[in-house]
Amino acid sequence: MPNEHRIEVGGLVEPDRVHRRCYVDEDVFDLEMERIFHTTWIYVGHETQVPKPGDYWTTIIGRQRMILVRGKEQGVHVLFNRCPHRGSLLCNERHGNVGDGFRCTYHAWQFNLDGTLRSIPMSEGAYENTRFAPDDPQFHMTPAPRMESYRGFVFASLAESGPDLRTWLGGSIQAFDDMCDRAPDGEVEIVPNCFRIIQKSNWKIFLENQLDALHPSVTHESTGRAASEVQKDIENRTGKAPPLSYHMLSAFTTPFEVWDTLETVGHPYGHCMLQGYMGLRPTDPDNLEYEKRMRESYGEKRAEEILSVNIHHVLVYPSLSVQSPLQQLRAVRPLAPDRTLTEIWHFRLKGAPEPIYRRALDYYYLVNSPSTMINADDLVNFRKCQDGLQLDAGDWVSFHRNAGHDSVKDGVVTSVTGMSEAPMRNMFKAWDEYMRNGA
Amino acid sequence: MSPSSEKTNGGAATLGQFETLRAVEQFLYRQADILDDRKWDDWLGLFTEDGHYWMPVSDDQTVADGVPNIFYEDLDLMRVRAKRVTHPHAWSQQPGHRTSHVVSNVVIDEEQPETGDVVVRSKFHVVEYWNDGLRHFAGRYRHELTNTPDGYRIRVQRVDLINADGPFDYVIQTWV
Ligand code: FES
Ligand SMILES: [Fe+2]
Repeated sequence: MPNEHRIEVGGLVEPDRVHRRCYVDEDVFDLEMERIFHTTWIYVGHETQVPKPGDYWTTIIGRQRMILVRGKEQGVHVLFNRCPHRGSLLCNERHGNVGDGFRCTYHAWQFNLDGTLRSIPMSEGAYENTRFAPDDPQFHMTPAPRMESYRGFVFASLAESGPDLRTWLGGSIQAFDDMCDRAPDGEVEIVPNCFRIIQKSNWKIFLENQLDALHPSVTHESTGRAASEVQKDIENRTGKAPPLSYHMLSAFTTPFEVWDTLETVGHPYGHCMLQGYMGLRPTDPDNLEYEKRMRESYGEKRAEEILSVNIHHVLVYPSLSVQSPLQQLRAVRPLAPDRTLTEIWHFRLKGAPEPIYRRALDYYYLVNSPSTMINADDLVNFRKCQDGLQLDAGDWVSFHRNAGHDSVKDGVVTSVTGMSEAPMRNMFKAWDEYMRNGA
Repeated sequence: MSPSSEKTNGGAATLGQFETLRAVEQFLYRQADILDDRKWDDWLGLFTEDGHYWMPVSDDQTVADGVPNIFYEDLDLMRVRAKRVTHPHAWSQQPGHRTSHVVSNVVIDEEQPETGDVVVRSKFHVVEYWNDGLRHFAGRYRHELTNTPDGYRIRVQRVDLINADGPFDYVIQTWV
């Protein structure tokens, strides 16, 4: 546990720049775990990950290992992965099914799916006149103090009190609405495994990059150019429009001027949104069929409303980056100041034709897989930043671009240009508040 | 994954089988050289026009199409990757990677008597050097090879990493 007096967090964040200690300092990282990841709402998983009673997935909230498990009746539980007897982990695999309850592999204490103690071997008389009591919570698995879900997306908080999930999500709730509304049935279903990538950099560098419209045409130039060359070849060779996947890659060469026209929005608690740029409404037969189904489900007007929402990424600060129009999300699990695990998941739109899933799958492959030709260059940038920030050549990281020019209304910040560093400033404003208050 | 017991050669091998095995082994060794020498045009030339390079997310995966994969590329996508890694602004290629591929335990699972097409499995161990660090990849290959007048061509190369479902630190930039 970090010593309260060891670190002074005031002064690390200024309106237009932040101190490099925010990224490299162990004490700052410890305090982030305590005051941000152990207090606020953290994304745990999607309800469709655990369809049957006893299905579970393990994950991390801050420094705590947690279990998401489907209960006996309806509903899911989020529990600490710890046996209350002598402290063993209860689930040792990433995911699986525990049947109708947990059974510890050490001394066979058993627990119901909601974590309550069910039985202890040969316990008759064994605990007489001891301080053990079967109704004492310390002898049950510990649940996350708070758990809520929105449209199947499960969040938990390790703090007993704080704003409820919907209030806290505020405008960023659009991430889940946009993703689910795009399904003709109004729901999504997770594809039940994820890619895991460990970034050798601070978790905040990744989140900042997600809304950084200045970087794509620089960082991803090689892949964007290579894809547009092959895209042209295919067009010449076949006389047909190349698959949309080539456009997903070549769009990274979109020039600065166009990136600069995109809108970014900053919400309270550090959540942010970057407007889309890919234009995912082609007039191919697959997409026309999908839009027809959308109109059948929602009616002309509402379907048009849904389909014209144009989002690239929504950040649900600090644990999630959602790409709703392509049904993917990246959950952020900080491991150390310079190590961040990302879990990358994707979803099916219920009721949508198969080719629409293929579109999400193509993007999942090209941008998010362990062989990605896009994030390859991002990850190297992140590591280079992490290494460069160790140098004693300057203490400040610059977020001056368009500083002071943002328009603010009811706590919502709208940037004047797409390449403004407003989203980074908005995240650090929330960071500073969390770190000072601890809630 | 192809069960090892599928076709055990209980009796003595015929001379023809030895010749096929030798030819297949030479093909696999040449492929390893091409990867280590980063000769991407030669690499693309190893595949049939409808060939695929496939790295599944788990070894019990039976189909590639329509499900997540670590790699699943046709010749056009492979062209993108080859062009990208040689682009002067492929920042994550600086410094470039070096690899050493060792291929062994070569077993012919199927051979079509009429065409000479073969299905062959083998094991690989790849060591990659990048940015002062070494990384290891190990697992098995399964090649579906078409016999052509110019030698074997790959219809499908399946690559099962033993850590396919594990976390990856930095990206696999080129074909393993
Ligand atoms: S540690 Fe779990 S039963 Fe003893
Ligand atoms: Fe990027």
